[in-house]
Amino acid sequence: MWLIDSSIGRKVVMSVTGAALILFLTFHMAMNCVALISGEAYNVICEFLGANWYALVGTAGLAVLMVLHFVFAFWLTIQNRKARGNVRYAVSERPKSVEWASQNMLVLGIIVFVGLLVHFANFWSKMQLQEIIHGTNFVAGQNGPTDGAFLIQYTFSQWYYVVVYTVWLAALWFHLSHGFWSMFQTVGWSGSKWQRRWQVIGNIYVTLVILGFLSVVYFYFFKSLC
Amino acid sequence: MATIDSKIPEGPLAEKWSNYKAHQKLVNPANKRKLDIIVVGSGLAGASAAATLGDLGFKVKCFCIQDSPRRAHSIAAQGGINAAKNYQNDGDSVYRLFYDTIKGGDYRSREANVYRLAEVSNNIIDQCVAQGVPFAREYGGTLANRSFGGAQVSRTFYARGQTGQQLLLGAYSALSYQVHQGNVELFTRCEMLDLVMIKDDEGKERARGIIYRDLVTGEIKRCSAHAVVIGTGGYGNTYFLSTNAMGSNGSAAMQCYRKGAWFANPAFAQIHPTCIPVHGDKQSKLTLMSESLRNDGRIWVPKKLEDAKKLQAGELNPNDIPDEDRDFYLERRYPAFGNLVPRDVASRAAKERCDKGYGVNNTGLAVFLDFKYAIQRLGKQAVADKYGNLFDMCEEITDVNPYENPMMIFPAIHYTMGGIWVDYELQTSIPGLFAIGECNFSDHGANRLGASALMQGLADGYFVLPYTIQNYLADQIQVPRFSTDLPEFDAAEKAVKEKIAKIMSINGKRSVDSIHKELGHIMWEYVGMGRTKESLETALKKLDEVEKTFWSDLRVPGDAQTLNVELEKALRLLDFIEIGKLMAYDGLNREESCGGHFREEHQTPEGEALRHDDKFSYVACWNYQGEGKAPELLKEPLNYEYIKVQTRNYKN
Amino acid sequence: MEKNISFKLKIWRQRGPKEKGQFKVYEMKDIPTDTSFLEMLDILNEQLINAGEEPVVFDHDCREGICGMCSLYINGHPHGPATGATTCQLYMRRFKDGETITVEPWRSAGFPVIRDLMVDRRAYDKIMQAGGYVSINTGGVPDANAIPISKEKADLAMDAASCIGCGACVAACKNGSAMLFVSAKVSQLALLPQGQVEAARRAKAMLSKMDELGFGNCTNTRACEAECPKCISISNIARLNREFIAAKLSD
Repeated sequence: MWLIDSSIGRKVVMSVTGAALILFLTFHMAMNCVALISGEAYNVICEFLGANWYALVGTAGLAVLMVLHFVFAFWLTIQNRKARGNVRYAVSERPKSVEWASQNMLVLGIIVFVGLLVHFANFWSKMQLQEIIHGTNFVAGQNGPTDGAFLIQYTFSQWYYVVVYTVWLAALWFHLSHGFWSMFQTVGWSGSKWQRRWQVIGNIYVTLVILGFLSVVYFYFFKSLC
Repeated sequence: MATIDSKIPEGPLAEKWSNYKAHQKLVNPANKRKLDIIVVGSGLAGASAAATLGDLGFKVKCFCIQDSPRRAHSIAAQGGINAAKNYQNDGDSVYRLFYDTIKGGDYRSREANVYRLAEVSNNIIDQCVAQGVPFAREYGGTLANRSFGGAQVSRTFYARGQTGQQLLLGAYSALSYQVHQGNVELFTRCEMLDLVMIKDDEGKERARGIIYRDLVTGEIKRCSAHAVVIGTGGYGNTYFLSTNAMGSNGSAAMQCYRKGAWFANPAFAQIHPTCIPVHGDKQSKLTLMSESLRNDGRIWVPKKLEDAKKLQAGELNPNDIPDEDRDFYLERRYPAFGNLVPRDVASRAAKERCDKGYGVNNTGLAVFLDFKYAIQRLGKQAVADKYGNLFDMCEEITDVNPYENPMMIFPAIHYTMGGIWVDYELQTSIPGLFAIGECNFSDHGANRLGASALMQGLADGYFVLPYTIQNYLADQIQVPRFSTDLPEFDAAEKAVKEKIAKIMSINGKRSVDSIHKELGHIMWEYVGMGRTKESLETALKKLDEVEKTFWSDLRVPGDAQTLNVELEKALRLLDFIEIGKLMAYDGLNREESCGGHFREEHQTPEGEALRHDDKFSYVACWNYQGEGKAPELLKEPLNYEYIKVQTRNYKN
Repeated sequence: MEKNISFKLKIWRQRGPKEKGQFKVYEMKDIPTDTSFLEMLDILNEQLINAGEEPVVFDHDCREGICGMCSLYINGHPHGPATGATTCQLYMRRFKDGETITVEPWRSAGFPVIRDLMVDRRAYDKIMQAGGYVSINTGGVPDANAIPISKEKADLAMDAASCIGCGACVAACKNGSAMLFVSAKVSQLALLPQGQVEAARRAKAMLSKMDELGFGNCTNTRACEAECPKCISISNIARLNREFIAAKLSD
């Protein structure tokens, strides 16, 4: 199977799963932004998704994509380190045109993953998980598993979560700034002109997505200060 | 004295090659598999020959000293490759290419060989295009051409300034295909150290193998075959400073020479007019600026001696010299060809000006190549599009921006027309030993035209040798493969090992390079652009001294049984010293001036080369007589049946 | 303009592929700035030989930037700090008086060290042998002008074909990937009608040989392109990806 046993194939897996995850993030960001306008509207969306079968299928699908993206990332990294040989350069300088992010995708990915665990603890474990297991492990004041608006308000009123989420989203920005154009390059939809175009488009797109997420965090943080 | 049979086929000139092919003996496919061929060298000639012989079905073993066949110095040829395609409709033809080549070679090459070269030149372009060589194209999709020295038509095909690279990569890809097919086996980082000859049933000695050194492990190894082909390039590095690669050497040719292959016209060495001048004694090589620059650049020195003096002292900017005070000496002397005269003529003209004191850099050994006029005429962008990479290269080396200041150039050793003597079949005087490419002497006479080296290398490799070698091998199909345990291999290996041991035991004080530089100085001084009887005799004396220094004062550190770069260089240097002597012998004998060989005693009142066709219209073949003995001279007369021999004229 | 500089050379010395290597420091005095980097190493070697030591082994040949033989990782860059140039085209005027110049061999599992700064790059030949050619015999080909090729395509093919096979892309890549090299060859032939006939087969064969030889996976860091002495573009890698994926999808 060429997706597994060829280097380009493995990269295609990274590219396609990455693309799906970016699409998910875009959707998630759009949904979050609703909370800027109205908490109630946000909760309606939470209810619509909840633990319905389509949401569960989607979640499972996402989990599979995520796992594939992680597993392949580690696999590629191990192969790449082996290909690099045992002796490292004593002096190494990064050329100007090489983005810092592109050489640190795994580290950024790990930061994103750790952030994700925090995020799961903050939200998913109090919402969809409770609905699935019919549990009642809610935060004090949370009005049922679909009361996302409350959780947002609660989490981002605590300054350290604001810091954690900011770092997390910054790491995600770096990760995606390289990942975006890179996924087009990998599947071959690029060239000398389009490489630069994808890079610019990617930077704008990714910045908008991350700003979308951050706006909710800071909106609720400042709201909690007032 | 041995008689020389150059085996030129019967019939009219234009039909000789067709006749030959129609009547030569061939080897049938089943038998080809049983025949081994060693090809030493992987440049244009070696790689194309190995690939073609492989695709015919022979079992080929291809040797090169570099880590990959793709590194051979053919790769550095910049300008282009000639072919008589007449795609430009400017009156070119096979005959005209043939005529230009003979004339460019100052009437010292064989008519039949050169005609064949011109004939197959067209096939080469077809072959290379089919391989995917990205030649320059016009917007309409057809191939583009440029003009080169010594021709009045545009017949040079090119791939930017990297034509040699692209052609070599084409040949290398063909070779790679044959390696993949299992027909060719590669021996990289392996250097031939001797030729092995074995007597056949009739007592005739034939080339049957080589002794080589694995340059990584230092092991001395043996390889046998039914025929040996050497395509190991020229011996320009005898001069230490040349445009050749650091590893280019004449050792394989000398090994064959010592085994009885005649060495022809060694004195014919080409001095290329457009090289970056020497800057200091630490310099290791000279960089060539493509001849194509002469299409648009104008060569000049100051008219006034005092301007030249100021330039040499660094007190004057060349741009401050007005046009009327500039001496465009090539345009002045050769109005018809102007800056595009052949290389030997351009080089000598530069030397003449510098000898008179008009040189323009601190050493007084440089002339200007100016693009000011081309930039005025075509615009900077157009000039940059054509020559940008060459200009960048020049600026990196000299720290002078050629867009703003004229480039400085000076002649340097570039190519050697002389080489192992071969007959029409490219077979040397040793049966079963063939020589191709720059390594043989055959096609360029006393001077090679620009863009003809690539043509000859590929012609020999793709289209000539694969035919002619069959005429030899057809008689060898009954001969089984040779064991490398034969006593002839033992003896050859023993001799090689003894020579190495002797070198390793000198334990003197001097490095190989320091002695090589000494050799180079002597060669340039006494066997250089202008030679005299006295200078050549001095050279012979001094070369003996260099040889003594070698055997008494050389130091090769390390161990012979492992990788040892100094040992490799020492072995090559020893052969360069011998080549130097051969060049001097040949130069002394040839009491005339022709092409790359200029005897100062023999010139016209205007300073042009003066040939003596009555006495020297022959190929001088040197036959080895043993160590320390002067070689024997054999003469192959040159008969011109189709061309009227005349004085070369590039004036009108 | 010309002047002399003095500096420290920190050079990797290693006897053989299996032996442990280490840095050695040499003092270089009064080197003219118009000396090339390799000529400077020649000077060092001359000094070493005169002192009875073994010279530093490094690959080099044409010394005009085209054969691809020279290598060297100088001060953190393959082929040194200059862009678009090989080590042999590097001149000492790029360096400062008193500085320490670190010289290392290409470091990649695909290119084992032979001695000192010399590495074994035969893997590139093996990749080429897997499919880096048009499978034709000598002779029997059409006239060179029989197939018109647009100037644009020919120029792009030439851009790709200018690869000198030096291995700087692998040396620069943190993943030890040979994608730039492979893609340059695949692109050159895929862009031309002569090569298109077997383009799919070529892309698959060369890539699988590259993987088999233990080169890494491309992660689009662009270090190869930045360090390539011939400025080969990663758009060639995109083209290789495209060719390869299309070939696999049509299997």
